[in-house]
Amino acid sequence: MTRGGWRILVSVLIWLLGAAPVAHALDPATVRQLAAEDSDAKIEAINRLVTEGDAAAIPLLKAMQDDRLQMLRGRLLIVGDDARDALTGEPVSVGAETPETIIIINRIRGVLGTALAALRLQVPVRATRLTAARALAVDASEEMLPLIQRALTRESDPEIKSLLAQAAAVLELKSPDSEARRRAVQVLGTSDNPQTKQLLTVLLVKAADGSFAEPEVAVREEAQQAIRDIEARFVVPRALGTLFSGLSLGSVLLLAALGLAITFGLMGIINMAHGEMLMIGAYTTYVVQVLFRQYFPGAFDAYLLAAVPAAFVITALVGVALERGVIRHLYGRPLETLLTTWGISLILIQLVRTIFGAQNVEVENPIWMSGGFALGGDVVLPYNRVVIVFFAAFVVLLVWALLNRTRLGLNVRAVTQNRAMADCMGIATPRVDWMTFGLGSGIAGLGGVALSQIGNVGPDLGQAYIVDSFMVVVLGGVGQLAGTIIAAIGLGEVNKLLEPYTGAVLGKILVLVFIILFIQKRPQGMFALKGRAVEN
Amino acid sequence: MMGPVTTRLTQLLGARGWAVLAALVAVVLVAIPLTRAWLPPEHPLYLSDYFVLLTGKIMCYMMVALAMDLIWGYAGILSLGHGLFFALGGYAMGMYLMREIGTEGQYQSHLPDYMVFLDWKEFPWYWAGTEYFVLAVLKVILVPGLLAFVFGWFAFRSRIKGVYFSIITQALTFAFMLLFFRNDTGFGGNNGFTDFKRILGFSLAEPATKSALFAVTGLFLALTFLLCRYLVTSKFGRLLAAVRDAESRTMFCGYNTRDYKLFVWTLSAILCGIAGALYVPQVGIINPSEMSPANSIEIAIWVAVGGRGTLSGALLGAGIVNGAKSWFTVAFPEFWLYFLGALFIFVTLFLPRGVMSLLNARRRAT
Repeated sequence: MTRGGWRILVSVLIWLLGAAPVAHALDPATVRQLAAEDSDAKIEAINRLVTEGDAAAIPLLKAMQDDRLQMLRGRLLIVGDDARDALTGEPVSVGAETPETIIIINRIRGVLGTALAALRLQVPVRATRLTAARALAVDASEEMLPLIQRALTRESDPEIKSLLAQAAAVLELKSPDSEARRRAVQVLGTSDNPQTKQLLTVLLVKAADGSFAEPEVAVREEAQQAIRDIEARFVVPRALGTLFSGLSLGSVLLLAALGLAITFGLMGIINMAHGEMLMIGAYTTYVVQVLFRQYFPGAFDAYLLAAVPAAFVITALVGVALERGVIRHLYGRPLETLLTTWGISLILIQLVRTIFGAQNVEVENPIWMSGGFALGGDVVLPYNRVVIVFFAAFVVLLVWALLNRTRLGLNVRAVTQNRAMADCMGIATPRVDWMTFGLGSGIAGLGGVALSQIGNVGPDLGQAYIVDSFMVVVLGGVGQLAGTIIAAIGLGEVNKLLEPYTGAVLGKILVLVFIILFIQKRPQGMFALKGRAVEN
Repeated sequence: MMGPVTTRLTQLLGARGWAVLAALVAVVLVAIPLTRAWLPPEHPLYLSDYFVLLTGKIMCYMMVALAMDLIWGYAGILSLGHGLFFALGGYAMGMYLMREIGTEGQYQSHLPDYMVFLDWKEFPWYWAGTEYFVLAVLKVILVPGLLAFVFGWFAFRSRIKGVYFSIITQALTFAFMLLFFRNDTGFGGNNGFTDFKRILGFSLAEPATKSALFAVTGLFLALTFLLCRYLVTSKFGRLLAAVRDAESRTMFCGYNTRDYKLFVWTLSAILCGIAGALYVPQVGIINPSEMSPANSIEIAIWVAVGGRGTLSGALLGAGIVNGAKSWFTVAFPEFWLYFLGALFIFVTLFLPRGVMSLLNARRRAT
């Protein structure tokens, strides 16, 4: 058996035994030095353990990282459920005495982390090696180079291999051999990690005296080429990423505005409490989440599926209550409706504050919504955003089907077009009114469910969206569902495309100013109704 | 002896009206400052700094309410962005007050503290001339006035009215609030301007300065009231009402309604700006939250509570709502929003002509 083979066998054994007896292969002087007063001496000892590359050091360093490496009467102990000697692994009875913890400062903690990662490259479990390689690709120290190179020759997994090659290349950039540096630059040029570009740029820095950080011309040229390669590979994913974040913002705007497109767009009610419908939807999600955690912890990840109908029903009920209680007395007096619904929104905000407190409440993403889809380069599409895009599409379909494929939708459209005539045809217009308002509010509640997954849920949640929602509906053209969709997605995209140049806030301001100007030009929105309907 | 102008002026108010106005002016301009100057603070007739500050603040709000009544009550245009003009006037005055601090700030620099904090070396270009009081006064009038003029010119030209106008004025103030929240805009970001030391060389901490600011506010309020009264009792006022009640008909009668609306809109913004400029030295702070849509919409409720379309209603409404607010926020802070919300609903549903309609009904009954 080769030396490497033995090593693997030993590592497997050690790994199988876990925190059990530490092998005697470790140098006692080095281990003792871990307890030195001086931090530099401690770091030196850690690095020496890494250079030796013995997997036996893993439990030791892990214990040190967890503050379980302790000193009693001059003996180093690993303290867990019981106490064992750090060198021999034999159990030690602590008795009534309290061992003294080996104190580690933050600098040592950092060194420990990478040291453990380097040592763990020998562990046979793929996931552990992958995590270790990832940590090293970002942050490794020179002492680890032999270890990484050794691991590289042994490694068969392509993903880990490329990460390790990068980690080695980063270290080799400092090599005195210019050919090794050039090869390292070449390897880094194939990297997907955006931080490597930074490393390469540093090489090209020109000092005040005209000398470069990298003395060799060939290496510099290689570095320039590598930077170009990396950038070329980032262009497409970055562009896709920007488009996607625009689409995602647009979906959020659409979900926020779709309810308003019904209550304001179709019914002409200026509902300033619309934002609070979003908020109630978000709080319903929170309550459902709390209930699931309490009563069905096993099905916790499914809470969102239950929250969707719950939010719809609750906000729809609130909406119907508002319409029957207050708003129906104000039909035909839009400015009064505006003020009254504003008053309602104040009461709802304070009510939520009284019940849930003024602080934001925590709404957790279910597991299947956390994480993201890597698009290449540094671009990751978070799953919660992806889900919201699909959810928005689902809600749009739902609204479209309700309005165009059901009896209620037919009645709504009839009342919108000509209330008096619809009344004469026997449509119970008051009933249509409250049902439509309830539908609009319920859709807002669905928007609230989505908002709860991407932002803070607090009593002021709705206030942040009310201006945006009205802008979307007015820009799209009142009474035009398609207009609302295009306006929302368009605004989202424009916002995100402007953002790199202007910053988020200024971009938003520019978009608002644009809308204000646009409305001056076309008061009826992008998709104006033509003909007689305009006059109403 | 009386020329047509003086006759017109004396007829602005009835005999009782003039008497009430004169009495109020005498109290605010003469009696309160003098008692504060001569009486010892322990004296029962001595009015505390707190009272003067609160009343001064409410008088500023009353000016805003008059401006709002002019545009909403008389011309029927509901602005949800009047807080913006108020804040812009306040910021124009605040810039001057920041310059008056001189080098007495935390960092002993000639720059305001927040600029030192942002590591700016000199004032940005738009701060040029802010050290002159006269220019600050000009800006208090011109900045809100110009903004309102340009915005109104476009809006009224494209015949935007009703709720559309309300919604875009709200978007306007919202956009400005976001702009002023940015640190890089150069107006102190979130914190705005504060820690003022003096105005025209007089220390703002002195009771005498406070009395003077109070009296000046009272004077401006009285003048604003008379100006509004003059406008609404003239032919111009009747035209505004005509625009409100039947705009198309007024237009077909040959009046250019756009110019009337533009004039009253711009004037209303300027009055708000002046109110803001008087408000800032008294309260000692101006920040972007003054531009929040909620603040602007609250102005509408002052006028609605008092009774829109009557100037004394606007004054009364601003007084009642703000008086209630300062009492509530001390006594039951958590109930203020319930009360305000209920007020919005109650007034629009059951008291569309405001408290004034109750008073008038009583007067008619007796």
